[in-house]
Amino acid sequence: MYVAVKGGERAIDNAHAWLAEERRGDTTVSELSVAQIREQLALAVNRVMAEGSLYDPDLAALAIKQARGDLIEAIFLIRAYRTTLPRLGASLPVKTEEMAVIRRVSATFKDLPGGQILGPTFDYTHRLLDFKLAAEGEVPAAPTAPASTAPVPHVTEFLNREGMIETEPTGDAQPADLTREPMELPANRALRLQAITRGDEGFILSMAYSTQRGYGRTHAFVGELRIGTVAVEMDIPELGFAVEIGEIELTECETVNQFKGSKTVAPQFTRGYGLVFGQTERKAIAMSLVDRSLRWAELGEDYTGAPAQDEEFVLMHADNVQATGFLEHIKLPHYVDFQSELELVRRLRAEVFATQEAAE
Amino acid sequence: MIVHPAPQPTDRKAWMGLLARAKPAHLATLFPQLPPHDFLRAPEIGAVMVRGRIGGTGQPFNLGEMTVTRCALRLGSGTVGHGHVQGRDKAHATRAAVLDALLQTDQAAALQISVLQPLAEGEAQRRATRAAKAAATRVEFFTLVRGEDQ
Amino acid sequence: MNPDALLGGFADAPLQSARAFRGTLEALARPGEIREVTGAMPPAPLSVAAGVLLLILCDGTTSVHLAGAYDCAALRDWITFHCGAPLMAAEDAMFAVGDWDALQPVTRFAVGQPDYPDRSATLIIEMPDLSPQGQRLTGPGIATSAQLSLPETAAFRANRTLFPLGFDAFLTCGTQVAGLPRSTIVEES
Repeated sequence: MYVAVKGGERAIDNAHAWLAEERRGDTTVSELSVAQIREQLALAVNRVMAEGSLYDPDLAALAIKQARGDLIEAIFLIRAYRTTLPRLGASLPVKTEEMAVIRRVSATFKDLPGGQILGPTFDYTHRLLDFKLAAEGEVPAAPTAPASTAPVPHVTEFLNREGMIETEPTGDAQPADLTREPMELPANRALRLQAITRGDEGFILSMAYSTQRGYGRTHAFVGELRIGTVAVEMDIPELGFAVEIGEIELTECETVNQFKGSKTVAPQFTRGYGLVFGQTERKAIAMSLVDRSLRWAELGEDYTGAPAQDEEFVLMHADNVQATGFLEHIKLPHYVDFQSELELVRRLRAEVFATQEAAE
Repeated sequence: MIVHPAPQPTDRKAWMGLLARAKPAHLATLFPQLPPHDFLRAPEIGAVMVRGRIGGTGQPFNLGEMTVTRCALRLGSGTVGHGHVQGRDKAHATRAAVLDALLQTDQAAALQISVLQPLAEGEAQRRATRAAKAAATRVEFFTLVRGEDQ
Repeated sequence: MNPDALLGGFADAPLQSARAFRGTLEALARPGEIREVTGAMPPAPLSVAAGVLLLILCDGTTSVHLAGAYDCAALRDWITFHCGAPLMAAEDAMFAVGDWDALQPVTRFAVGQPDYPDRSATLIIEMPDLSPQGQRLTGPGIATSAQLSLPETAAFRANRTLFPLGFDAFLTCGTQVAGLPRSTIVEES
């Protein structure tokens, strides 16, 4: 039971004033600008955009500043902001095969058309703290090499040619949108992917990890991981044709998974899919593993009771704004609820003592 | 009134995309003064749901939204222009819509040179730089020959 | 798209839509009371009030059905540009606009589901005139009783029996709008 509580306005105002001061920190240290966050904490900005489910680097950077670096709080701010925006429409599906890639690696094929492009990666760094970064300094420009502008084909297309991997059913059905209609279970794959791509990175990572450790194992290889920019096109009814409204950076992961076949399907590889805003490869890989593990029913696999196979468990607990909202609300006043609990326990204790006395 | 040949939809599509992708500050430098215009739809910030395809090739799904600002306006001559640009910059959307309208008039040739060309060159340059840096991180495998019989 | 379709939206959308929304909300909260809403200049045959309702209530996620003479190119284009609403068959529509005869049979419109009564249609009924006389209205939002010139009684009585399911209605004429939610009891006066 919730009861409106009055009072505390002055305390709240003062708490907010102090919060603002603490956010600024030591004023002898120069203030962080939103542009600095956008440019220099870009992966935090990407995470806030992905889980806030709104692609706008400036807003995400502002949210991080306002939230004092608490990314879930920043995601919450972005989700709240996006509810104030009118929905102008939906884009045409982005063409990731036409992505201008800055990174593209495959763990399944060494020599593939387009090559292995490492991009600006942490992989192969020694994970030793670099104390040179503690001092400000100019960074030399990265080396360049002659580049081709031809689109880089998807790795899974090569497997497709031999019929070695399942093909995705194509079509243009309007996907359900969980930001407009409450999610209903069982969810189809499109709705699951929407829930996972905006889900908490830590949660999706742990779910994916659990499948690797054997809780709903799917034997995943990263067929391809690519990061780059794609054009976003939208149909404009008053024009009668589609125009490009901008460009966004995406991370896409396709896993290739073992599949022993079923009564009707010969053995072939199956797929898991991850697509996430920004440079977010941990999330994209995790997403593709969780996507694949949730497909057990359609592929005729056994349900082993693993958490990552349980659609309700995954989808209903993936959203960190929902989770933190419900978790954190229990610190807010519950005086009346607790009063009734207190009286109940007192009465039960009194009954127990009375019975004991009567027995003695 | 001089009648101009209507622009090809492909041309219009191309310049609208170029104007949408332009950095607002760059566009403002290239085309600072806006001619008089009436709004048919005042600049409006909204969200567009970006869609992907399952597995890159399958059925569409909702990936997340992006901020977009749109506007529609009419020049004194009656020509209508539309602007749909990423982000929340109303001046950018207005400038894109004005240019969309002007590019349908006899000013098109001049604007091609003064606005569209520099935008296209700047964009090509940016893309080429990133592609060249990516190319420098391409792995050149070489195999060490091992074993007894060479 | 005809360039005229781009005209006739709100000139000052934040203020005009807020005022119009408030007026519409009041109309639905006080069934039978006739209010004025302005700001839209839609193409014929749509009234100003019905145009305002579409501007404030419809967007890309609300399907609209145009009934009878209202299903014309000028209106389709106007709604597409100003609301972005998809135009649908009566059975799939969340909003329907037309005169009473063209909207028949009204039983084809969505009335919601027991777990989601809100998934029902809202009818915008264009009237040749609208006045506070005619059928007797009682129910939530009405102190004692109200009167409104409804096109008929039986259809609204039948709709009331479905409560909490059922369609909601607005009646429009020129700049006038009156609300008739599914909760209102309609009787011959």
